[in-house]
Amino acid sequence: MTAEPQRIRTEKLRWHSRRALLELDLVLQRFWQRQPDILGEGQAAQLERLLALEDHDLWDLLSGRRASTDPALRDMVARLRQPAGN
Amino acid sequence: MKAKVTVRKFDAVIVGAGGAGLRAAISLSEAGLKTAVLTKVFPTRSHTVAAQGGVAASLGNSEEDHWHWHMYDTVKGSDWLGDQDAIEFMCKKANECVIELEHYGMPFDRLDNGRIYQRPFGGHMSNFGEKPVRRSCAAADRTGHAMLHAMYQRNLKANTQFFVEWMALDLIRDAEGEVLGVTAMEMETGEIFAFHAKATIFATGGSGRIYRSSTNAFINTGDGLGMAARAGIPLEDMEFWQFHPTGVAGAGVLITEGVRGEGGILRNSAGERFMERYAPNAKDLASRDVVSRAMVTEINEGRGCGPNRDFVLLDITHLPPETIMKRLPGIHEIALQFAGVDALKEPIPVVPTCHYQMGGIPTNYHGQVVVPGKRTQNEIVPGFYAAGECACASVHGANRLGTNSLLDLLVFGKSAGETAVDELKKSTQAHKELPADAFDRTQERLHRLNTQKDGASVHETHLAMQRTMQKHAGVFRFADLLQEGVQRIIEVQRDVQRTEIRDKSKVFNTARIEALELDNLIEVAVATMVSAEARKESRGAHVRDDAPDTPEHPNGRDDTHWLKHTLWYKDPDGTGCRLDYKSVTLRPLTVDTIALKKRAY
Repeated sequence: MTAEPQRIRTEKLRWHSRRALLELDLVLQRFWQRQPDILGEGQAAQLERLLALEDHDLWDLLSGRRASTDPALRDMVARLRQPAGN
Repeated sequence: MKAKVTVRKFDAVIVGAGGAGLRAAISLSEAGLKTAVLTKVFPTRSHTVAAQGGVAASLGNSEEDHWHWHMYDTVKGSDWLGDQDAIEFMCKKANECVIELEHYGMPFDRLDNGRIYQRPFGGHMSNFGEKPVRRSCAAADRTGHAMLHAMYQRNLKANTQFFVEWMALDLIRDAEGEVLGVTAMEMETGEIFAFHAKATIFATGGSGRIYRSSTNAFINTGDGLGMAARAGIPLEDMEFWQFHPTGVAGAGVLITEGVRGEGGILRNSAGERFMERYAPNAKDLASRDVVSRAMVTEINEGRGCGPNRDFVLLDITHLPPETIMKRLPGIHEIALQFAGVDALKEPIPVVPTCHYQMGGIPTNYHGQVVVPGKRTQNEIVPGFYAAGECACASVHGANRLGTNSLLDLLVFGKSAGETAVDELKKSTQAHKELPADAFDRTQERLHRLNTQKDGASVHETHLAMQRTMQKHAGVFRFADLLQEGVQRIIEVQRDVQRTEIRDKSKVFNTARIEALELDNLIEVAVATMVSAEARKESRGAHVRDDAPDTPEHPNGRDDTHWLKHTLWYKDPDGTGCRLDYKSVTLRPLTVDTIALKKRAY
């Protein structure tokens, strides 16, 4: 994918990180503060799949209450779960 | 250069797709009206999702109950600031709205006999305050979420047209004051549209992001209130905000009261268990308002913790780790994620945290927006409706009861929708022509933002607003801090008028959206600060240090001077504001007035 579509895709994901639950807003805000301006193809794809989940289900994954059954998502879940300062 | 505006016509446009917006849309679409719903996020990601407690209705499925008892509890909870006609209407309509929702497919918890299970909730009593009653209907701990899904599906069936990831920008009002729709931005393209409608319904939710510590999601930016204020509509009772004592400092995520129930202790910077001084018997288990006030007093008197001495500590390190992990399983993770502390070893930084907005756009119980006019104090603004947390009917008055918020959005979402249907069916007229200046306000705002040089940072200005509100108009209020707060928030407002964004791109430009949201938040913040400074009594959630509990004024409430609703107006030139007041409706629709008395539980 060329740079411009990937930049737009990233911007779209940034907006999709606005959620119904404050907990998710905060975790995702922290993620974006640690990220470069444009996400790579792999990261964007993983994040898209996670952000398509319902809020309570996503929080179950990110709070460690439930593990993702999809190994392809585990990297991104672990990255999102990193507490502040790590 | 002025932004190009494309006009689209609908019978009705609804702004917001949380509970109130979705419920209003059902009534309009099922009546065959062409209905558009604009929403910043996908409908089932609205903040209604976060509501867990349930919805109040006197179904009486487990024990005897009556809408009149529910009405009494709500009036008392409101500290008599709620309008008794609207409260009677809401409590009477509750059963119908809940059963209707059940028919939409809402998976309520059930009793063995198949009826909806009901559980008790704080402040809900039987027989006019005698003993707790089971009145809350819930779907596990996902009531709000299940409610949104049921109503979204119903809307799809009824052909409601959703405009997802669209942000409404300004209200369109003509010279007669009639509302003719809104301007809006499509986020995916950055293009500007006008939704020209015969009925405009605001259901934009709360504005809790004006505070530094808030349980509200980031989308709760008071867009409806900002748009209404800019169009000359007053905001009612904005000094009343409900706070929770223990949110994680700097984050706002709630630490349940169960933590103190299990033995958690609040400590100040000296490590002192300060609640022993404020509530020698109940200590850390004193009521929410007592605990919140004690925390703020510790912080204000310099005994707060951290580099800015702006929080206290909730200590559970003395509890056995197995108790914490068994009885408070989510707390360890929340403390780790949002405070960066291992709660088994270190105390958690906490502050009183903003949760719910009682005030809003003034409406009657039909969901119609009302403003003082030449003849009465509640004259209808033609074509304009509001429902849910953004509206002030007023059923919550100075303090909301738990589970009445989901009821509010169902009853008044339905009421606003049905009233709009009636009004539209009464008239066969075509759309009223848009005035020549219909898009001016929006175009000027966008032009200013696109061309601003040497301006203020959106992020820094937002933070300055939140810190000012938290410090000067928090859960416990002081005359000098409020007076200073009015000056400070006006300084912040000047910065909001000169915010600058670096990224001028059009597609999903989050920076531009955040700047436009801040335009709305600041109206709410100024309204709150000015209204709070002016109200020289304590009532419900508005508690002032200089209006204490005395025999003459129990709980600091002064009915002689302050049994009235505040109305805050933004000046048309955008630089000043003024206050007005209107009387509280004490006469219900059919029953006797619930007479004034001290609010005590």
